[in-house]
Amino acid sequence: MERLKVNLLGIELSNPVIPASGTFGYGREFAELYDINILGTFSFKGTTLHPRLGNPLPRIAEAPAGMLNAVGLQNPGVDRVIAEELPALARIFHKPVMANVSGFSVDEYAETCRRLDACVQVGWLEVNISCPNVHGGGMSFGTDPAMAAAVTRAVKAVTTKPVIMKLSPNVTDIAAIARACADAGADGLSLINTLMGMRIDLRTRRPVIANVTGGLSGPAVFPVALRMVYQVARAVDIPVIGMGGVASAEDVIEMMLAGATAVEVGAANLVDPFACKKIIEDLPGVMDRYGIERLDKWR
Amino acid sequence: MRQVIYTIVENTPLTANVYRMRLRGDTSAIVAPGQFINLQIGGLYLRRPISVCDWDGDGLTIIYKVVGKGTEALSGMAPGEALDSLSGLGNGYDLTCAGESPVLIGGGVGVPPLYGLAKRLMRQGRAVTVCLGFNTASEVFYEDAFRALGCEVRVSTVDGSHGAKGFVTAILPEHPTHYYACGSEPMLRAVFKALPCSGQLSFEARMGCGFGACMGCTCETIAGYKRICRDGPVMRKEELIWNA
Ligand SMILES: Cc1cc2nc3c(=O)[nH]c(=O)nc-3n(C[C@H](O)[C@H](O)[C@H](O)COP(=O)(O)OP(=O)(O)OC[C@H]3O[C@@H](n4cnc5c(N)ncnc54)[C@H](O)[C@@H]3O)c2cc1C
Ligand SMILES: Cc1cc2nc3c(=O)[nH]c(=O)nc-3n(C[C@H](O)[C@H](O)[C@H](O)COP(=O)(O)O)c2cc1C
Ligand code: FES
Repeated sequence: MERLKVNLLGIELSNPVIPASGTFGYGREFAELYDINILGTFSFKGTTLHPRLGNPLPRIAEAPAGMLNAVGLQNPGVDRVIAEELPALARIFHKPVMANVSGFSVDEYAETCRRLDACVQVGWLEVNISCPNVHGGGMSFGTDPAMAAAVTRAVKAVTTKPVIMKLSPNVTDIAAIARACADAGADGLSLINTLMGMRIDLRTRRPVIANVTGGLSGPAVFPVALRMVYQVARAVDIPVIGMGGVASAEDVIEMMLAGATAVEVGAANLVDPFACKKIIEDLPGVMDRYGIERLDKWR
Repeated sequence: MRQVIYTIVENTPLTANVYRMRLRGDTSAIVAPGQFINLQIGGLYLRRPISVCDWDGDGLTIIYKVVGKGTEALSGMAPGEALDSLSGLGNGYDLTCAGESPVLIGGGVGVPPLYGLAKRLMRQGRAVTVCLGFNTASEVFYEDAFRALGCEVRVSTVDGSHGAKGFVTAILPEHPTHYYACGSEPMLRAVFKALPCSGQLSFEARMGCGFGACMGCTCETIAGYKRICRDGPVMRKEELIWNA
């Protein structure tokens, strides 16, 4: 449908709805449920240079209107993703996919992105800078403008694909991090990643999550995410992808009103595997209700 | 997997805090005993996984213990109410490995999925022994239901108030051809140690999705990391790394 189309950094999306990294695997489970080609694109599971086993269990906890996760970036490593997941994906998904990349040093980010740069299926690189920097005392890359800029520059140097820096909300001034990434050459920004949280089990008096802390997502974070998207969209001149608690077509429109060019949907896919399909189907009706003709030029 | 809106037709207590719920609706996604459904419960964000106890063309039975907010809310639901569910999740037990005289071993709310399994193994003409372990007499359920299927039923309670005194490992048959187990991890480990024959064990984990998308539930096996929700919940004894 023409009126749902948006352009994300030079690539046309049939609609602005993008399942978020870590909630859609590499697409296979959902392809059994519906034709995933109805999506704008999707962001695949956070991929690192080397395979990662992730954190001990439990990794998941309930939260009011949301959930905590501490999966710990379990993934098979970039080489197996390229050798196995992407060929399998090619059979079920015929659009450019967004490659989500994580790392624990600047060199690791750059090397993973360099390898993914060679993949024709990859349309965009989404660089998750919420990870701890092992050479920087474990502080997250996304909490320091200089470190965020260093990752941006290193990744930009090894790829011709559009680079989207995915920002952490666990900072005092997200606009400052956003500007640092934009100044360092980022093509776009996406936000928010999960908000750090925790739960304690009253019976055992111990944290529910084995890792002690976990990332909060789901509807609980939507107003926080929306505020941050709004601040960032005003601070930079590059496109912004909004996410955090999006669960309906109305939420998508609200994110776009705050300044987002496209919108990612995370935890909602886990509790309702058809969430993105329903949102896409609901969009035209919601646009009619609020007098929105097209999604590309209306703000 | 299939999303199904089930209608509650019965929700009755079997013990002080264990309930049996019968649901009417599409069961076409359920293909093996040991699979589970993932229920959306009002007021909670994440779905709650519960094993299929038994099923037929019209609906299914679940048995659950009240342990927290979700199962508490479930116990308050009435016949006629609807339950949004992801149905037919997980792999379930493989019946082809049973041999002539399999043993089914369940502890507490690990017992329910063994009922659907016992029913199907009996239909195949196997000599099924069922060993059920509980804490105390007041917590025992489904002993007679298994007997009505024609199984040999043995019960143990930790305090000896009903059946043999002690853990379920005290009442296991000598030479079963294969075992099927479901219960707490300590129980599974004890069974794993006690029985030399081949077996299948059903595991639990806190789940984000229940269908393999989030990596919230993985466990290590000899064949690498597996998702309990999708590659399990039933694992073969031979693939566990407990041997070490
Ligand atoms: C594949 C599978 C099949 C299951 N089948 C059954 C069944 O047939 N009958 C039954 O009574 N229960 C079953 N469970 C356990 C059931 O899912 C939990 O008891 C339920 O999710 C608790 O929800 P709650 O909101 O009441 O408790 P919460 O408030 O979430 O937690 C209360 C307590 O329950 C425990 N718990 C929470 N979630 C889980 C979980 N997913 N697995 C294990 N323990 C948990 C926690 O340790 C906590 O102490 C199964 C679990 C899995 C993974
Ligand atoms: C189970 C789970 C795993 C996630 N894994 C990743 C990941 O690998 N990489 C990443 O950049 N974000 C990851 N995220 C964050 C989401 O992509 C998203 O930024 C966040 O959850 C906020 O959106 P939501 O509220 O719609 O879930 C994960 C989130 C969840 C719930
Ligand atoms: S619970 Fe999500 S992968 Fe198993």
